[in-house]
Amino acid sequence: MERGAAAITVIRPPAAFEAIDVGELVRYRDLLYFLVWRDIKVLYAQTVLGFAWAILNPLIQIAIFTVIFGRIARIDTDGIPYILFVTVAIVPWTYMSEAMTASSQSLVTEQNMLGKVYFPRLIYPLTPVIAKLVDFFIALLLVGGVLVYYAVAPGWNLLWLPVFVLWMVAIPAAIGLWLSALAIRFRDVKFAMPFVIRMLLYTAPILYSASALPEQYRLIYSLNPLVGVIEGMRAALLGVPIPWEYILPGAAVALLLLAGGAVYFRKMERVFVDVI
Amino acid sequence: MDSAPIAVRAEGVSKVYRIGLKERAHDSLAAAALELLTSPVRNYRKYRSLYRFKDLERADPETAPSTPDTIWALRNVGFELRQGEVLGIVGRNGAGKSTLLKILTRITPPTRGRIEIHGRVSSLLEVGTGFHRELTGRENVYLNGTILGMSKKEVDRKFDEIVEFAGVEKFLDTPVKRYSSGMSVRLAFAVAAHLEPEILIVDEVLAVGDAAFQKKCIRKMQDVGRSGRTILFVSHNMPAVKMLCTRAILLDEGRLVMDGPPHDVVSAYMTTDVGVPAERVWPDPALAPGRRVAKLRAIRVIRRDGAVASAVDIRDDVGLQLEYDVEEPGHVLMPQFYVYNDEGLLLFASYEQQNAWAQRPRPQGRYMSTAWIPGNLLSAGMFYVSCALLSRSTSVSQFYEQQAVAFLVTDNMGEGTARGDWAGSYRGVVRPLLSWETERVESSRKLHSA
Repeated sequence: MERGAAAITVIRPPAAFEAIDVGELVRYRDLLYFLVWRDIKVLYAQTVLGFAWAILNPLIQIAIFTVIFGRIARIDTDGIPYILFVTVAIVPWTYMSEAMTASSQSLVTEQNMLGKVYFPRLIYPLTPVIAKLVDFFIALLLVGGVLVYYAVAPGWNLLWLPVFVLWMVAIPAAIGLWLSALAIRFRDVKFAMPFVIRMLLYTAPILYSASALPEQYRLIYSLNPLVGVIEGMRAALLGVPIPWEYILPGAAVALLLLAGGAVYFRKMERVFVDVI
Repeated sequence: MDSAPIAVRAEGVSKVYRIGLKERAHDSLAAAALELLTSPVRNYRKYRSLYRFKDLERADPETAPSTPDTIWALRNVGFELRQGEVLGIVGRNGAGKSTLLKILTRITPPTRGRIEIHGRVSSLLEVGTGFHRELTGRENVYLNGTILGMSKKEVDRKFDEIVEFAGVEKFLDTPVKRYSSGMSVRLAFAVAAHLEPEILIVDEVLAVGDAAFQKKCIRKMQDVGRSGRTILFVSHNMPAVKMLCTRAILLDEGRLVMDGPPHDVVSAYMTTDVGVPAERVWPDPALAPGRRVAKLRAIRVIRRDGAVASAVDIRDDVGLQLEYDVEEPGHVLMPQFYVYNDEGLLLFASYEQQNAWAQRPRPQGRYMSTAWIPGNLLSAGMFYVSCALLSRSTSVSQFYEQQAVAFLVTDNMGEGTARGDWAGSYRGVVRPLLSWETERVESSRKLHSA
C-alpha cells in the first residue's frame, strides 16, 4: 500500500451551496452497480412468476384501459388502434411511476444504512431509477410484440428512441431527488405519493391523445415533462411525426427540475442523518 | 512516534443537534382534541425547526448552553493522531464518543471545526450494513465490500481470504437468510476486517461472535496495529483499552478533558464521578418518583459523620440513605438497596428486616432509612446504588430508581486494610478483611524423621 500517497480528506461544516462531487460518484460506481444488482435480484425473490411480472404488470393495465377507454368510452386516438396507442405509453409510464415511487422513498427505506456508513447520498435515489430500467427493457418486448401484430414499422423515428429513454430516466431521477429529500423530513410524502401518481397518469397523454386538447392550452399542457416523453415515445415507436411543440417545453422543465432537485438534495443532505 | 506523519488532525470540532421540541402533555379531553386539530401546523413547525441551524452556527461552542431543543454533543474537540498510534476513546454514554466517530466516518458533518484525514478511513461501526437476506454470501461480500468503500477489484483480490476468515466456504451460494446468525456476523466482520484502511475505527464490536471468533478478531486488530496503521478504539472495556491502545482521550459532556497514556486516562475516567452523583434530592413532591403510598425524596451516600461522600476510604463504613414520604398510612414497607460494581455486576441486595419498622404498618410522615455497608467489604473502585421501596401487603414497588447514586471506594494500604503492606494487584469484586490464622503444627526436625 502506498502510504505516502494517501489521499487527504478534509471534513468541515457544509457550505450553504455544495456542487455535486462527480469525481466521488465515479469512485463509487462499483457500489452503484451492486446496489442496482441487489434491487433487481431482490425484487422478484420468492415469486413464482419472477420477471414475468415485468410484462404482466403493464399487460394487465393495458387490458383494463383498452376495455374501458378503447371499447366503452371510445377515445379518439388519431386513427391508431387503441391497444397500440396505449401500449407504447403504458410501458414508459409504468417505469416512470415505479421509479418515482421507489426513488422518493429510497432514503426512508435505507435509513438504517444512512446512519451507519457514508457514501455519496445521491446513490440512494439514483439506484431505483436505474434498477427499474430492467423491467422497462423486458416490457419493451411487449411493445415489440404489439408492433409486430399490427405490422407497424417505426422507420427512422426509432433513432430518437434512446433520447426519449434518457429523458424518461431523467424525470423520475428529478422527482426522486426532490421527494426523497423531502420525505425524510416529512413522512407525509409516502401517503401523498399514490395521489401524485394517479394525477400524473390522468394529466399526461397516456390514455388519450394530446391533440384532443384545445389549441390554446397546448403550451401550458406541455410544460408537464411527462407529456413530451409519452408523445415522443409514441412517435418514435409508431413512426408518426414527432410533435416537437409538445416536447421542447417539457424538456426544459425536466432539466430545471433535475438541476433544482440536485441543489435541494445537496442542501438537505447535511442534516438527513440527524433527523431520521 | 512523534516523527511519524500525521494521520488525523482535528481542530475545534463541535456538533450541535436539534432534537425538536417535546410533545406537550394535555390534561383534558377537550385540550387533547384541540391539540389534534392544530397538530399539522405544530408538526410542520417542529419538523422544519430541525433544519434551523443559523443561530447555532454562530454560537460559541465553549459556552453555548444545551437547551431543551438542542444538544451540544461535541464542544471544541481537538487532537492530533500520528500514523501507527492506537487511540482509545473513553467516556460515559452521551459523552460524545459516537458523535465523534460519526463525524470521522463522514456520516454526519460537524457544525464547526475541521478534520484532516490522511488516508482511507473505515470503521467497524457498520459491520453487516447493507447485508441482504435474499442475496447469497458471495453477493453480500461484494455488496458490503463496496458499501464500505472498496472497489470491485479490491473485493476480487481479497475474496478468498474473506471467505476463509469467516469459514463459510460451503455456503457461498446460499442466501444469507439460511445462515445461522453466527455465520452472517462472521461473514460481515470478515469483510470489514479485510478493508485494509490506513485508519481503522473500532466501536466495541468485539462483543460479537463466539469466544474463538473474538480471539480471531483481537488478533486481527493487533495485526492491523502492528502493520503501522492507525486505530481509533471506542470501548467501555477498560482492560482492553489499556492492553491495546498506545494513547487515550477522555470525553466528558462533549469536551475533551484528558489526553495521555491509556493507563492514566483510564484511571482518571474510573475515579471521576462524572455522571452519577453521590446524592440526589427531589425537592418538588410533584416530580418525586413514587406511587400512591410513598414518594422518594432523596437518596445519598454518607459517611459515619453524616456527610455526603462521593469517595470513601476502603476501611470506612458507607451509609446508603433513603428519605421518603409516606402519604397513605397503614402499609408495611420494605426499603431495599442494590449495589453494583462498575461492570454492572450486582454484588448484593439488602432489605430492611432487622428493626422495629420492618413489620409495622407506617403512619404518614417523612422517613429516613439508612443501611450501613461495613468497611473492608467492598474492593476499590466505583459502585452504583439502586433503591426501591416495596409495600409488602400488595408487593407493589412504590419507587425503583436504578443506579441513582454512585460512590468511589479508594484503595489504601497499611493498618486495618486487607491489603496490608502488599502493593501489588489485589483481585476480586469484594475485599473483606478476613482473619488469617497460621500456626506451626510440626517442627521441621520431626517432619524429617517421620
